[in-house]
This record gives sequence, structure tokens and C-alpha cells, in this order.
Amino acid sequence: MAEIQIKNVAKRFGEYQALSDINLTIADQEFMVLLGASGCGKSTLLRIICGLETATEGEVWIGGRRVDHLAPKDRGIAMVFQNYAVFPHLTVFENIGFGLRMQKQPNDEVKRRVERTAELMHIEQLLGRYSGELSGGQRQRVAVARALAMEPDVILMDEPLSNLDALLRLEMRAELKGVLAESNTTAIYVTHDQVEAMSLADRISVMHQGRIVQAATPVEVYRNPAERFVAGFIGNPPMNFLPANRADAGKWTVAGQTYDGPHAADGSVEFAIRPEDIAPAESGLPAKVRLIEPLGAHLLVTCDVDGTMFRAVLESDLELKTGEIINLAPHADRIRWFDKSTQQAVA
Amino acid sequence: MSDATVSEIALPRAPGKAGRYVYISGVVLLCAWVLIPLYLLLVNTLSSPETVNSFPKSFIPEFDLGSLEFFTGFSGMLVALKNSIIVAAITMVLSILIGAPAGYALSRFDFRGKELFRLLILLTRAFPLPLLALPLAVLFIRTGLDDTAFGLALVHTTLAIPFSVLITFSLFSGIPIELEEAAWTLGCNRVTAFQKVVLPLILPGITASAIFAFVISWNEVFAAAVLTIENRTLTAFLLQTLSESPLHLKFAGGFILVVPALIFIFAVRKYLFAMWGIANR
Ligand SMILES: Nc1ncnc2c1ncn2[C@@H]1O[C@H](COP(=O)(O)OP(=O)(O)OP(=O)(O)O)[C@@H](O)[C@H]1O
Ligand SMILES: [Mg+2]
Repeated sequence: MAEIQIKNVAKRFGEYQALSDINLTIADQEFMVLLGASGCGKSTLLRIICGLETATEGEVWIGGRRVDHLAPKDRGIAMVFQNYAVFPHLTVFENIGFGLRMQKQPNDEVKRRVERTAELMHIEQLLGRYSGELSGGQRQRVAVARALAMEPDVILMDEPLSNLDALLRLEMRAELKGVLAESNTTAIYVTHDQVEAMSLADRISVMHQGRIVQAATPVEVYRNPAERFVAGFIGNPPMNFLPANRADAGKWTVAGQTYDGPHAADGSVEFAIRPEDIAPAESGLPAKVRLIEPLGAHLLVTCDVDGTMFRAVLESDLELKTGEIINLAPHADRIRWFDKSTQQAVA
Repeated sequence: MSDATVSEIALPRAPGKAGRYVYISGVVLLCAWVLIPLYLLLVNTLSSPETVNSFPKSFIPEFDLGSLEFFTGFSGMLVALKNSIIVAAITMVLSILIGAPAGYALSRFDFRGKELFRLLILLTRAFPLPLLALPLAVLFIRTGLDDTAFGLALVHTTLAIPFSVLITFSLFSGIPIELEEAAWTLGCNRVTAFQKVVLPLILPGITASAIFAFVISWNEVFAAAVLTIENRTLTAFLLQTLSESPLHLKFAGGFILVVPALIFIFAVRKYLFAMWGIANR
């Protein structure tokens, strides 16, 4: 059992507020992905959980035990570092077996577990090599294998696939997911790649400027972004935003069209829709076509709606010309609204 | 001697073709500056007394070992040699024991006055030894450290420490902190992580820095001459005896002093490159 609870954690580096008021519970055996742009504090949060950094405020609990005061080795965690940190003076075998040797495991047990994890990561033929004789991708696998061999309750991974080429990355991603699902490990996985996050995560925590703005399942994060930032960050191309004017109670005018919207909001709200939730129709948002990019299965059409850039992913058999004005109708149940002043989603 | 070697190493790489010419002639000049006196020393050591004192000088050695043989039979020589080795060995051990932790702290911890501390370490070399000699001698006599190998080694340690701190500082800085952190997450505490990860990685460098301390002690003559009377080190002993000796013996004595230091420095040259921030080659 290794549930992780992060309570009111904040971190300051001198004047710089790297993390503020982080509250997060990660269930036993859950695969949690921390997703955010570079510099938003993902690594810092990970390092606080594993004990390499001390939080300025707040508490960290692992498996019902408060661990703030414990050294990294006493927290029952293993970590995969952003830059591998494979020991250069040891062979791959001794690297993977390092933690087991520290636990004073008998030789044959070390051998058994090292060989098994090496096989899992497809590096069994490299066991005799030194780190200097490995490629970046191989080193990264050694780093993952070294963490897995510990059979930890919690495994923390800081962008473990960032240095692999696209194909290998896809392959490793699938394997990693399988390996971790089997191992009953609670995992926290840091990445700034949203596709990776979507495909791996049980839940995604989206981070922005040292805060967690939303922690939810990938589908929920995608469908119902809690904040305008999430809506703009997740999805490629990202969500479209248009200004809206209040027409009546629960009615809003967007580019001359009226849609059902939030009742309570008295300030100004923004209308938001995903590019794939739009279809051409008799009536809808009037859009002037600016750019047409065929993507094979779909057309990515960049238009101009009410003076705002607007993207739509449309059927590829559509006949379109640049400069043409078309009507684009959003799927009513996919429309989202964001409060302009608080940036929060409103229903 | 070591200073000349160092400035030769630290010469910046010159840009462009014209610069290259200047650069090469600079290198040749500096090499000559170091090598010609050494060569003359060698020639005169291996020449018979008559040749050494005659004129014009010969530039080809005669391989006459008479002068060197004289020293092997010279009384007090072996004792002085033994003293030199003892003092240098103690200096070596002390300067590593004190210098390496300081180097580690400088590279790994942030603390108030870190920059000042680094500066102070270098400043210890700013006080000329002759200035300190008298107070030191008085202090040593009072504490009973005068004329002992340990007392002299203490003085030599203060001379060697700036180098051992700076060398180990650059060694530790060259080891990514993530390696240590990885060890911490894999079941090590600070001490075991140091033993299992950092130490194996810096051991060659530490050895080099130890040998460097050894050489500093070996070459040092002023403190040795002032602070010891009976237990003279080789340098002090030779300085004393050679000042009244004939020329050919002076050459031979100088040669005996220079050669071990040269061999040591040559052995650790790679790490001295590292110390001055130039990549190992
Ligand atoms: N030791 C430190 N001292 C001062 N500032 C720091 C320190 N470590 C991190 N920071 C700052 O904290 C912020 C968050 O850093 P962090 O490494 O957590 O980012 P990240 O989300 O992991 O980014 P990346 O995706 O690039 O790895 C950054 O702005 C960084 O400059
Ligand atoms: Mg990071």
C-alpha cells in the first residue's frame, strides 16, 4: 500500500516561488502524470516527494506515514532522473544491482532480479558494458531498470523517455505502461509531452507556474478543462476561444450567433470549442477560410471568425477554397465557457 | 619550476593564422625556458669536474658518473633523504585529509561567505614565508615542534592545501550531483554514497593531488632550512652543504633534487590540466 498525499506544499528558492499550495492525493498503484511546460516546477515537486529537496511549507505522506523528515533511502521510493545518472564506474549489471547490493541481498537474488529487469527493458545484452559505451536511449533504459529492480512501492520518473527517438519512444511507452501495471507500483511520471501524458496516465495533473491547475483523468482534462490555461495547453491544435456577449439569462451571443451558456456568470465569459467538435452547416459561426492544411484523414482549416483566429478539423472530402466564407456549427454539448476574470470554467 | 610549467599550460589558444605563429613561437619560447636549464643541469651533472670548470662549455654530456657517485657515499645524505620522504608523506596525507573535505564542501554546499572562503584559501599563498619564518620558529620552539618532521610537515601542509582544495574542488564539481542523488534514492546515506560513487570516480584525481602535495613539500627549502637543524630534509641539507662545495657537486646535487619532482609532476600532468579548467587530453 503506497498512497501518496501532498498537503499544502510550497517551495521557494530565495524570492522565487517555484511551487505554491500543492494539494494532491495519488491512490495506491495509480499512474499519475505531472504535465506542464518547461520550468513550471514538475521536477521540483518530484524531488520534494523523494526527499532530495525540502519543501518550504507543507507535508508529504507516503503509505500513511509522514516522510518529510526521512532521508530518500527510507521513503520506499525509486527515482529515474531526467539526465539518467547512470554510474560511470560500474557496469550496467552493477548499476541495476546497485540498490539491491545496498540492501545486502544475496548474490543469486541480485543476479536473478537484475537479469529479469534487464530483460524487461531489453538491455540483457548490455549487462557487461559501462555507461560510456551506451547510447542515450540505452542509458535511459538502464536508469529505468535500476529503479524497477528495487521493486519499490513508489516509482518517480522525470521525463524518462525524453531522449529516445520517436519510434523507440512509442515502443518504450507501451512497455513501460505494461511493466508498471504488472508491478503494483504507484507511479508519478513527469513529462511535458501531452500525447505521452494522455496515453500513459490514469490521471493527469496539469501544472502551470508552480500550481496544479487540474488533476483528473485524461478524458476529463481533455473534455472539461478546469481552467482556460488547460484548454489552451492540452490538445493539438488547442481549443478555440471566442468572445461572448450576454444576450439574455443563459443566452450568449458569439460572432452573431446565440448559444446556451452559463446562467450565473455576470462578468464577461469566453466561448470555447475544440477544433474537431465543429462541422460545416447551413447556419453557424461565419468563418473566412485563411489556410487549408490536409492532414490525410482530415483537413486542418485555419479561419477568421469575428476577427479572431479559429481552427477547425474537418472532413477531408470537403471542397474548400481560401477566402471563402463558410458557416461552422459547434456541437452544442461540447461547448465550454470560461470566466474572463478568474479564468475558471463556468457551467 | 612548477610555475613555469603551469603558465605554459594555461596559455590560451590563439585564433587565426597570424595568431597561430605567435602562439607556436610562444610555446617554443616557454619550452626552451623550462627545458634548456634542465638540459644544462643534466650535461654538467654527467661531466667530469674538469669539464664543468673549463671554458668553453660543452653541450654534450660525457656520461661521467663521478659526481653522482660522490653523493651516494656522502654521509647524512641518506638520513636527509629519509627525512624528506617522511615530511613529504605526512604533508601528502594531511593536505588530502584537510583539503578534500573542503573541496567537497565548496563544490556541493551553498553557504554564506563561500566566495570569500575561496579567496582566503588562495590568500594563504600571499604571505611570503620569510616573513612568517621568525614567528613560526619561535612558536615551534615553544610548542616543541621545532626540528621535527611533523612540525615541518605542518608548515608544508599549509603550503599545499590551497592546491589540494582547488584540485579536489574541481574534481568534485566534475561529478554531477545527480549521481550522488541517485545513490541516495538507492539506499545510500551521504557517507555510503560518497564511498560507493564519488570516491571511485575521484580516486585518480585525489592521487594526483596527493602527489602534487608531495612535490610541494619535496621542493620546499626555506621553511625546511629555518625550522630544522638535525632533521634536515634533502633540500635543506643540500642547500647547506652545497654552498661550500665545488661547482660540479652543486650541479649533481641540483640534479638529484629536480629529477624526482619532475617525474612526479609528469605522472600527474593530466590532473593539473583539469585543475586549470582545460579538458583532459
Ligand atoms: N535549486 C534551485 N534554485 C533556484 N531556482 C530553482 C532551483 N531549482 C529549480 N529552480 C527554479 O524552479 C522552477 C521550476 O524548476 P523545475 O526544475 O521544477 O522545472 P520543470 O518543470 O522540471 O522544467 P523542465 O521541464 O524544464 O525540467 C524553474 O524556474 C527553476 O529555475
Ligand atoms: Mg524537470
